[in-house]
Amino acid sequence: MTLNWRNIGLFVGIGVLFFLEGIWDWKIGSDASEQFTIFAGSWNSMLVIVNLCLISSIMSLGVNMQWGYAGLFNTGIVGFVALGGLAPVLISSPQVPEIWVGGGIYRLVAGLALGVAVIAAAVALYGRTTGRTRALSMIALLVGGFFLYRAVLDPAVTFIESNNPATYGNVGGLGLPTLLSWPVGALFAAVAAWVIGKTALGLRSDYLAIATLGIGEIIIAVMKNEDWLDRGVKNVIGIPRPWPVPREIELQASSGFQEWVASMGWDPVTTSTILVKLLYGSLFLTVLLVLLWACEMALKSPWGRMMRAIRDNETAARAMGKDVTKRHLQIFILGSAICGLAGAMLITLDSQLTPGSFTPLRYTFTIWLMVIVGGSGNNWGAILGSFLIWFLWIKVDPWGNALMYTLTQGMEDGSTLKDYLIESAAQMRTISMGLILLFVLRFAPKGLIPEK
Amino acid sequence: MAEPFLIGEKMTGGYGAADILHDCTLAVEKGQIAVIVGPNGAGKSTAMKAVFGMLKLRGGHVRLDGEDITQLSPQDRVRKGMGFVPQVNNVFPSLSVEENLEMGAFIRSDNFKDTMEQVYHLFPILKDKRHQPAGELSGGQRQQVAVGRALMTQPKVLMLDEPTAGVSPIVMDELFDRIIEVARTGISILMVEQNARQALEIADQGYVLVQGRNRYTDTGKALMADPEVRRTFLGG
Amino acid sequence: MDFLNALVAFLNFVFIPATAYGAQLALGALGATLIYGILRFSNFAHGDTMAFGTAIVILGTWWLQSHGISFGPLPTALLALPFGIAVTAVLVLATDRMVYRYYRRVRAKPVIIVIASMGVMFVMSGITRFVIGVEEIKFSDGVKFIIDPNAFKAATGLSEGLALRGTQLITVVTAAIVVAALFWFLNKTRTGKSMRAFSDNEDLALLSGINPERVVQITWIIASGLAVIAGTLYGLDKTYKAFNYFSLLLPIFAAAVVGGLGNPLGAIAGGFLVAYSEVGVTYAWKKVATYLLPESLAPDGLMQIISTEYKFSVSFAILILVLLFKPTGIFKGKSV
Repeated sequence: MTLNWRNIGLFVGIGVLFFLEGIWDWKIGSDASEQFTIFAGSWNSMLVIVNLCLISSIMSLGVNMQWGYAGLFNTGIVGFVALGGLAPVLISSPQVPEIWVGGGIYRLVAGLALGVAVIAAAVALYGRTTGRTRALSMIALLVGGFFLYRAVLDPAVTFIESNNPATYGNVGGLGLPTLLSWPVGALFAAVAAWVIGKTALGLRSDYLAIATLGIGEIIIAVMKNEDWLDRGVKNVIGIPRPWPVPREIELQASSGFQEWVASMGWDPVTTSTILVKLLYGSLFLTVLLVLLWACEMALKSPWGRMMRAIRDNETAARAMGKDVTKRHLQIFILGSAICGLAGAMLITLDSQLTPGSFTPLRYTFTIWLMVIVGGSGNNWGAILGSFLIWFLWIKVDPWGNALMYTLTQGMEDGSTLKDYLIESAAQMRTISMGLILLFVLRFAPKGLIPEK
Repeated sequence: MAEPFLIGEKMTGGYGAADILHDCTLAVEKGQIAVIVGPNGAGKSTAMKAVFGMLKLRGGHVRLDGEDITQLSPQDRVRKGMGFVPQVNNVFPSLSVEENLEMGAFIRSDNFKDTMEQVYHLFPILKDKRHQPAGELSGGQRQQVAVGRALMTQPKVLMLDEPTAGVSPIVMDELFDRIIEVARTGISILMVEQNARQALEIADQGYVLVQGRNRYTDTGKALMADPEVRRTFLGG
Repeated sequence: MDFLNALVAFLNFVFIPATAYGAQLALGALGATLIYGILRFSNFAHGDTMAFGTAIVILGTWWLQSHGISFGPLPTALLALPFGIAVTAVLVLATDRMVYRYYRRVRAKPVIIVIASMGVMFVMSGITRFVIGVEEIKFSDGVKFIIDPNAFKAATGLSEGLALRGTQLITVVTAAIVVAALFWFLNKTRTGKSMRAFSDNEDLALLSGINPERVVQITWIIASGLAVIAGTLYGLDKTYKAFNYFSLLLPIFAAAVVGGLGNPLGAIAGGFLVAYSEVGVTYAWKKVATYLLPESLAPDGLMQIISTEYKFSVSFAILILVLLFKPTGIFKGKSV
């Protein structure tokens, strides 16, 4: 990013929005039941938004890598994010002792390993055989392998799911430090990206879009339905917080904190919630800054220049002997891994995994919007876009309601039109996000901070 | 001297910043065959595309039957009576031969059945394969479809961009025969050819282009007889 | 007898539902593939076009019902179809005018147009919810069963009842009529041929004097018609829920890609292939097997290869197989 007044102004502008959210209590409406928040005037509320902005920024960096550096159109971001979110569950949740006795877990691992082995064998076999032998042996291997896999896996799944289903019913975690789950989340996403990239890269761009749309939906379906893995729609709660974030209650109980708050004359409850959010925020900010630095370095390196050369003219790059598909695979995996990392961070922030909350609208299209609005190919732009779009995402709803409320002030109570208008404010978010995308794409395709 | 039926006069221009054509002049008389030859990269195809309005001229004019058509789009030139057969991708591969011809007559609102019969008469093989997708035909047959498609508008001038590229010598001879037949019906023909010798043999007028400029311009026979042209461009 | 029971069970739970679903997918995929063939991009808004059109059809149905108009044994929604198609076509044409036309003019890369279609999808899904809400809606009236399972049992003495619902028959018949009409249009009319010509070779079509804007407009109108019909049939057969149509995108794209993007015949074949695979793989075959196998071999499990929650992974698997081994689709489509 060039450090000019325009770009600084953009960041300052966003900063002002967040400042207003923290300082200015502005609500529209007469009584409590019909009040719409324009700005909350609460630092807590502001920090909630900021923390999600930071996580979104990390996702945007990942997507920007794929789209901005390499022109890859990934429509399955939600899947990679969700897969990353699985890591805290499996790595950091407390162990479930019951499943470690009686061999259930080993059988499960054996079953999964068998599944992978069958696929690996199929791939190997495919390369070594031809014609009818190939077709027959492939069918035999895959069908046989599938039934064998189910035979090994199913009892393990039954065993695990029947273990105290109200609380567990899943494999539980390893009880390892939560911070460790972040890179593991990245790894999960990277593996999925490798599989999908191997298949769909090198074909025309539409196909990658369709294929990633599919993988995104399938990952979500798995996470919603495989109860042994993550309790499915029953959700996993109580994922431990990462070092050094304490729980609010612990904080309020500690005498040192009480003294400090008293000496400052602050409210202990509010202060503890703000402090926790600040700690989370600084963790996220650290990761973001490290990634940003790495991305900037990468973009300036010969590797980054090559990536952009490939993006701008694939044919020419190919002609110069660059292995375009391999480079694309590399960047696709990297970008997806970053999304997975952000997914793990997101679950850590919430302390719970709710597979039902992963919708493509929220995690695929919004992230896209952030990258495109901020400026494709520009890391600073991606961050700016994330802050702006996430702020709007949160605010469009109450603002829409406030707008409808104001518009319908003069109307008779109980009129159909009035009810209809007020009800329809709920759709403002989808429509406005879509319109923003269309307008930016059409009138400012390079985004707020254009790539140099 | 009366003006030729179609003339691109002193054409200068190119696709981007750099000009490819420099003061290039091409003309063809009614019912005659004019052939553009020259080494690779001489701007032969570009010159023909310029006549057809597929690139913007910075200088010069194109006149058809005395009318200045320099500013017209290719589509409008088709309406004025020009037909163009591109070098590649010159048929609709998934459409049948007959449908290809129909699409050639798309701008005509009158009955074009007679024209189609004339095309079938000229290229009898197409009549046999009328229901076959054009993409499944051999190279030579596809070229016939391409020419037939262009003839469907009953053009006064037919422009061919290397009609014999990639076909066998026998097919090439046959194609040239057909082209002569087309010219006999009163249609002027302007074509670019890689096979300079055979092309100049049937040409009334020949143009040798080098680097976007007219190098030699004469009748086909005269060019063939010119030792300088023979040595430099016809390989002895 | 057992064989007949097995056959009836198979027809009842696999063949008939999958055929109806296949017809719906085929119509959806036809629309997507036409847009791909002419406008050369994968339209992510296609699912939401279906949702929007069906919403309008439902509104029309309600209006007709409130005026006491019905279609006898057929669902009233069929009467409202033309209205739904007209409104959808207007919206889609307006979208083309305001969004896509610009990208055609500047000859934007296909992927940019795909992203724009994603924006359109957002807006359209918002408008749909604005129009009809997010609730699940049942709008099928008319005859419920052509073959009633209980009556069938009584008449044949079989223990399996054969059910053929009215909506299933209507789906297949309507789809057949629509497909026949579409193919007649594409193969026999001048405009239809000019569309195919444009899809084949854009530059040559321009040279031949075919007006690209007109071709594009007609394509949008036809695609809207197909989308609304597909969406309405799907909604009649199951229930209407706006979000479900987004999920249909994957099987629809899979069907279109399997058949070869841009190839109408392929889209139909692809639609049925995806539907039969999906139903076949997620159906619990225990019932059929119990009739066919001797008691000693009776299966313990459900004999369900994968659970219904993963039905979309079937489309995905088919998609991936085609991408890996035959990227142009089974029937040759446009280049990869």
